[in-house]
Amino acid sequence: MSILEVSGISKHFGQTEVLNSIDFTLEKGQALAIIGPSGSGKTTLLRCLTYLETPDSGKISVNGEVIFDADDPSQLSEEKKRLNRLHFGLVFQSFNLFPQYTALQNVTLAGELLAKERPDYKQNKKEILADIRRNAEDILASVGLSDRLGSYPHQLSGGQQQRVAIARALALKPDILCFDEPTSALDPELTGEVLKVIRGLAERNTTMVIVTHEMQFARDVADNILFMADGVVVEYGPPEEVFGNPKEDRTKQFLERYSS
Amino acid sequence: MLVTVTLTLLKGFGTTCAIFIITLVCSLPLGLIIAFGAMSRFKPLKWLIKTVVWIIRGTPLMLQVIIVFYGPGLIFGWDALERMTAVLIAFVINYSCYFSEIFRGGIEGIPRGQYEAGQVLGMTKRQIFFKIILLQVVKRIVPPMSNEIITLVKDTSLARIIAVREIIKEAETYIAVKSLIWPLFYAGAFYLVFCGLLTLLFGWIEKRLSYFV
Repeated sequence: MSILEVSGISKHFGQTEVLNSIDFTLEKGQALAIIGPSGSGKTTLLRCLTYLETPDSGKISVNGEVIFDADDPSQLSEEKKRLNRLHFGLVFQSFNLFPQYTALQNVTLAGELLAKERPDYKQNKKEILADIRRNAEDILASVGLSDRLGSYPHQLSGGQQQRVAIARALALKPDILCFDEPTSALDPELTGEVLKVIRGLAERNTTMVIVTHEMQFARDVADNILFMADGVVVEYGPPEEVFGNPKEDRTKQFLERYSS
Repeated sequence: MLVTVTLTLLKGFGTTCAIFIITLVCSLPLGLIIAFGAMSRFKPLKWLIKTVVWIIRGTPLMLQVIIVFYGPGLIFGWDALERMTAVLIAFVINYSCYFSEIFRGGIEGIPRGQYEAGQVLGMTKRQIFFKIILLQVVKRIVPPMSNEIITLVKDTSLARIIAVREIIKEAETYIAVKSLIWPLFYAGAFYLVFCGLLTLLFGWIEKRLSYFV
């Protein structure tokens, strides 16, 4: 069973059809890179997965459990959405760290708030909080930031901020980690350090959906490539196929512009 | 003489402070509620509040004080309000509207990504507001708030228009009765010291919040 199944997702803003019946599946431990020209709906697709947008039609299932079905409005209670979201982690293009918290606090905050919902929270408060903190420190160390635990976001470079944001998403142990153009807001110099972290995650078989403009990176890291244009899936397949031997003209056209 | 004047002015200053503090304590929460109303997705409420804020901000506070004091009697034939009550009602309404605009600006200025980051991390709306948004709003509104609050200190003198004996009214009697001008300067010194202390307080708050950007 696929960890993520997306079928028939459509979304329009006003008159504009942003997504037109998108289907794809993702297997556990695999990385899917979504590429395509700006305005093709890549970001909107990620936002639909995380309930930041509500699709007009279609169905999303995680581990076989339907988490969104446009035909069944009962799924959409705020509380249910909030808990379903935790299947996904999302790393934003613009980091969106909380400025008033240190790197460590950014990573622990959500976990601490969620822990309050545990029935044994009052009894084991100390151990639970210590666990969350230790987990956060470990994750920050794994993205190379053990020496910046106490730094506030404004004291960090863009690359460091994005690595904190990745750590923050990882701390909640999502089933699927989504990246929305994680390096588009970074200088070329800082892009590398973030890509390195994502590469490391791929090597450890983290299930990921990565929207990116970094073609070489997508080719190296992803198990499958999904090429989108004008709200539809134009081509889907392993990187060797999509990059090496694209079947559709639209894909060829797009890739030529990148390689030139 | 100095002692008598000091005592009289202190009495007036007590009234000044009462207007200041009561207005502040009531208008801050009321302003926040009005701000939420002005940002409401329920259009009629939003437009009602926008109209009220426009009227209150678009007319002089002095006019509002006079209308609140004389209006109920002359329009509806009701008993006149206590002078101080009338002043407080007019001030609280007026300052709530000004504060609401400051709150609204502060809240709307927070990037949407902050809410979205909280949502994606499984936080509730309450948690997002109190744990993420609020402190950022406070930081943003300290400078405009301090401006408005210092204006309030000096606006309290408008109460004299319906004969509330605040500090300037008290000082002025010395012109009429004793032909003395210096009590007015003395009254001015009270304002200066008061505003000076507030400036220091707000400077301290700004500094306390300067650890993040």
